[in-house]
Amino acid sequence: MNWSWEFFFAYLTNGMMMRGAWTTIWLSVISMILGLGLGVVAAMMKMYGNRALRWTAEFYIWLFRGTPILIQLVIIYTGLPQLGIRLNVIESAILGLALNEGAYLAEVMRSGIMSVDKGQTDASRAIGMTWRQRMWLVIIPQATRTIIPPLGNQFNGMLKTTSLASVISMEELMRSAQMLAQTEFRVLEAYVVAAVWYLVLVSIWGLVQARIEAHYEKPFGPAAAVSPDAKKDIEKATQLSGAT
Amino acid sequence: MTDNSPHLSASADVPIVTIENVTKSFGDNHVLRDVSLNVKKGEVVVICGRSGSGKSTLLRCIDQLESIDGGTIRAAGHLMGFKEKKGVRVPMRESEIAVQQRDLGMVFQNFNLFPHISVIDNITIGPVRILGRNKAEVREEARALLARVGLPDKENAYPRQLSGGQQQRVAIARALAMKPKVMLFDEPTSALDPEMISEVLDVMVDLSKQGMTMIVVTHEMGFARAAADRVILMHGGDIVEEAPPEKFFGNPDSEHTRLFLSKILSH
Repeated sequence: MNWSWEFFFAYLTNGMMMRGAWTTIWLSVISMILGLGLGVVAAMMKMYGNRALRWTAEFYIWLFRGTPILIQLVIIYTGLPQLGIRLNVIESAILGLALNEGAYLAEVMRSGIMSVDKGQTDASRAIGMTWRQRMWLVIIPQATRTIIPPLGNQFNGMLKTTSLASVISMEELMRSAQMLAQTEFRVLEAYVVAAVWYLVLVSIWGLVQARIEAHYEKPFGPAAAVSPDAKKDIEKATQLSGAT
Repeated sequence: MTDNSPHLSASADVPIVTIENVTKSFGDNHVLRDVSLNVKKGEVVVICGRSGSGKSTLLRCIDQLESIDGGTIRAAGHLMGFKEKKGVRVPMRESEIAVQQRDLGMVFQNFNLFPHISVIDNITIGPVRILGRNKAEVREEARALLARVGLPDKENAYPRQLSGGQQQRVAIARALAMKPKVMLFDEPTSALDPEMISEVLDVMVDLSKQGMTMIVVTHEMGFARAAADRVILMHGGDIVEEAPPEKFFGNPDSEHTRLFLSKILSH
């Protein structure tokens, strides 16, 4: 057996690994935010756009969900220069991860928006809201409730997916572990330390996610109980709306 | 409060809603065949009929929640859903229709209050966020409206904390906050328990007394007798009876009306 606790603990607090972990964090956050933007736009285009917009969104989602993220990253970083488009490592990594994430989030957004009762659209149109006002003031605030849990899971996935950016030499956790493994050939220790770092990041995110979800699980308004009368009416109304 | 109470004026005979030869189909289903109807300012018109007779669709077409296939709807001075370009009628965009919809108020069977904001915000969201009016001023009006529908102490409640009857009264206040010229009611009491129906109808009767033009789809024949100027029966996408309440209930022309009334009243 050739496992060294000394190397393991040394690698755990190794500067390069910690920098790698930090890179994984910001790379995940930035890609997620951009992916969120792309996802919202793609979902809106698919749901409310004219035929051209709808097809563009469908094509985008089909393309990026249908190909491995690894190929997307390699094409962006090493393939696009052939067409005269040169992006550096960081730009390529962010672009690839965001485009990929956006395609998945578009579907999450779409199902969230569809989960909002159709009566809300009627009511907001009836008082004269434009499409934009309706989205911002009525639909999105309510869709958020449905979207939050899958969004948290997507970010959990993103923290780990960033490891693929190591193939285009993005110096995040995985790449840092690779480089460390090559200095003293303590391969197992280096990669186990990387794995530990991923576990730490994902676990911290899990705690944050639980808090966010707890906040969004609460019903709208103060925590007071719904009166039995109100409950009965709401059930009745829901049944009726289902029947018509 | 007087701001929100349009009153009968000299122009009471001018139609404020004109519906001419309106048709509407969902696929092969002809929901409105050839519907024409005038409603004068300050008038209360009750529309009844079996489910599937087209009454709700007619209301939704007036408010442009559904587009029409043929005919013309004019309401509150607007040619609903269309604009004239060089003498040719072209459909409006949704944002243009939204401007027309602000002059019509609509109340739904399922209340459709915005569940994520408080009662007062439900009422002020239109005037403040759509019309860009002063928030403090609108809040004052909203409080007056809440008092008018009998819920002065509920401004900070959320919709889910209210009973169905209370929610529907807030929904009426929300519609009135936009100062509509016409109010449309789509089966406003059908989702309510019997003991809550009257609290909503009382508000509606009150509104009609203050001169509001109202088109009400309902099976509440008590309301029709008390408040309606005309009662209409729709059947199979057509208007088959149109009469003042005394005639409608006492001596209707159409066989459909007699049949409908015998079914409604036997319950």
